[in-house]
Amino acid sequence: MISKDEILHVAELANLKLKDDEVDNFVSQLGKIVDMESNLASVDTDGVEPTYNMGDTSTTFREDKGIHTQTREQMFENVPDSENNLIKVPTIVDKEDDE
Amino acid sequence: MNYLNETIDSLHKKLSDKELTSKELTEKTLNGMKDKEKDISAFITVNDDATKDAEKVDQEGINGPLSGIPIAIKDNIVSNGIKTTAASKILYNFMPVYSATVLEKLEAAGAINVGKTNMDEFAMGSSTETSFFGDTHNPWDFDKVPGGSSGGSAAAVASGEVVAALGTDTGGSIRQPAAFNGIFGIKPTYGRVSRWGVIAFASSLDQVGVMSKRVEDSATVLSTIAGHDDHDSTSSEKEVPDYRANLNKDMTGVRIAVPKEFWHEGTNPEVIKQINAAIETYKKLGATVDEVSLPALKHAVEVYYVLASSEASSNLQRYDGVRYGFRAKDVKNIKDLFVNSRSEGFGNEVKRRIMLGTFALSAGAYDAYFKKAAQVRTLFIEEMGKVLEDHDLIMGPSTTTTAFKIGDKIDDPLAMYMNDILTIPANLAGLPAASVPAGLADGMPVGLQIMAKPFNEQAIFNAAYALQEENKFYEKIPTALKGED
Repeated sequence: MISKDEILHVAELANLKLKDDEVDNFVSQLGKIVDMESNLASVDTDGVEPTYNMGDTSTTFREDKGIHTQTREQMFENVPDSENNLIKVPTIVDKEDDE
Repeated sequence: MNYLNETIDSLHKKLSDKELTSKELTEKTLNGMKDKEKDISAFITVNDDATKDAEKVDQEGINGPLSGIPIAIKDNIVSNGIKTTAASKILYNFMPVYSATVLEKLEAAGAINVGKTNMDEFAMGSSTETSFFGDTHNPWDFDKVPGGSSGGSAAAVASGEVVAALGTDTGGSIRQPAAFNGIFGIKPTYGRVSRWGVIAFASSLDQVGVMSKRVEDSATVLSTIAGHDDHDSTSSEKEVPDYRANLNKDMTGVRIAVPKEFWHEGTNPEVIKQINAAIETYKKLGATVDEVSLPALKHAVEVYYVLASSEASSNLQRYDGVRYGFRAKDVKNIKDLFVNSRSEGFGNEVKRRIMLGTFALSAGAYDAYFKKAAQVRTLFIEEMGKVLEDHDLIMGPSTTTTAFKIGDKIDDPLAMYMNDILTIPANLAGLPAASVPAGLADGMPVGLQIMAKPFNEQAIFNAAYALQEENKFYEKIPTALKGED
């Protein structure tokens, strides 16, 4: 089970805004999925190390040397809005409701 | 061009003998695609400049086996100057300024990228129905899904649009569509292939692999794309064998484990019948077969959906509408820009996974879900490892059913997730795994799954090749394509 409040809280954390019908859908769908995932509680994992990473390499080192990759112009090719060679975004400090 | 009866070897011979140039082959390929795409819709973007690339290869001369051969690339593998979307609205206009290492390696070998294939959005799905760019159709039955998430790559190969394609596999995204389309598909060991330039879904599970009608063609392509890459510290420094040259179909003394949990009651009996027949073939060829048990398998889906969603929620934080991709209009501040771009740019399934992952990682849920799943993963790795101490291969069905109808499961996420139960284990344990055609059930293809010890892709190629040479499934023409002629 997962409550409507929890769904709204998680959406806030994830930077997602859900429409009302999406919220209802998620309450029922995520509830079922989370219930399924809760079966994990029945597994005895006392003293078992978690596996967070894969791969047969440990920390790797490389020479501390700059590598030439993309140019500034190339990096700007996908920027939706720019001015004076800078990325343009809307107001960061909101004047209206002074968050 | 129709690739149904071609192999990389047969094409290489034609190119080497100057029977045709790479430019001609590429033109024929693009024309063939134009024809078949009406029914299949396997591609999101066709590379219209492919013939120019082919001309360049012609000028430089045909060298290695992939020189001048057109290949398709899944659309979550970035390609310099060719739109790459991961089938998402949020990247609908994204134009990469570099290529993934796998693509660079293919191009260095002279392969021609003819286009970017359709997939589930950000590779999240098992049917290619979550793509922002529409459905892909199964060449065995146009009303059925091609599987997913590499459904476009699978359908492009199965319909003869290309001889081979790259896919990616996080929980079965190469093997399940390979099974549904009656082709071979291999997910290598975690770390065998560089993930540099592959749009991240779940970084501890993602791996690039190959799909083709013939086992030997995937062997050629995998040897080309595998190996260490300075850009991906999880890529292994182990030497890459020449899988094609080392192909050996002798199964004498090969020890095969069949986990009884893979024969569970939910699996279609017609699928089981084909898998049992394939296992019998291996016995006849001299292999020994033992039944084993993997008790943790019943938790595989749970572990996978906690871990994969958690990693995805973290990986997908980067999509915020600022530096690239879709940007929402009419926003009053930067927070709105992030939230609206994400809310309008991501599809339902992607939002669902982000929500699940954010939940599993949130304060209060972390220990019970994320950490717990990571611990059960350890148990799972140990269990699989133990079976592989005494066996060379683990075999079972790739999927519980054959391809289902478009629209049948899309509204029931849990049913869709359960599709992955047989393919997830290899990803959780980082093992190499493949699906090879075993036969038909009710007229639709069935795939046999083969898993091996880490970095023993050769054992998989050999076993798959042995079965291929017995059942010659590649001679079968997909049913819906026959109706076309």
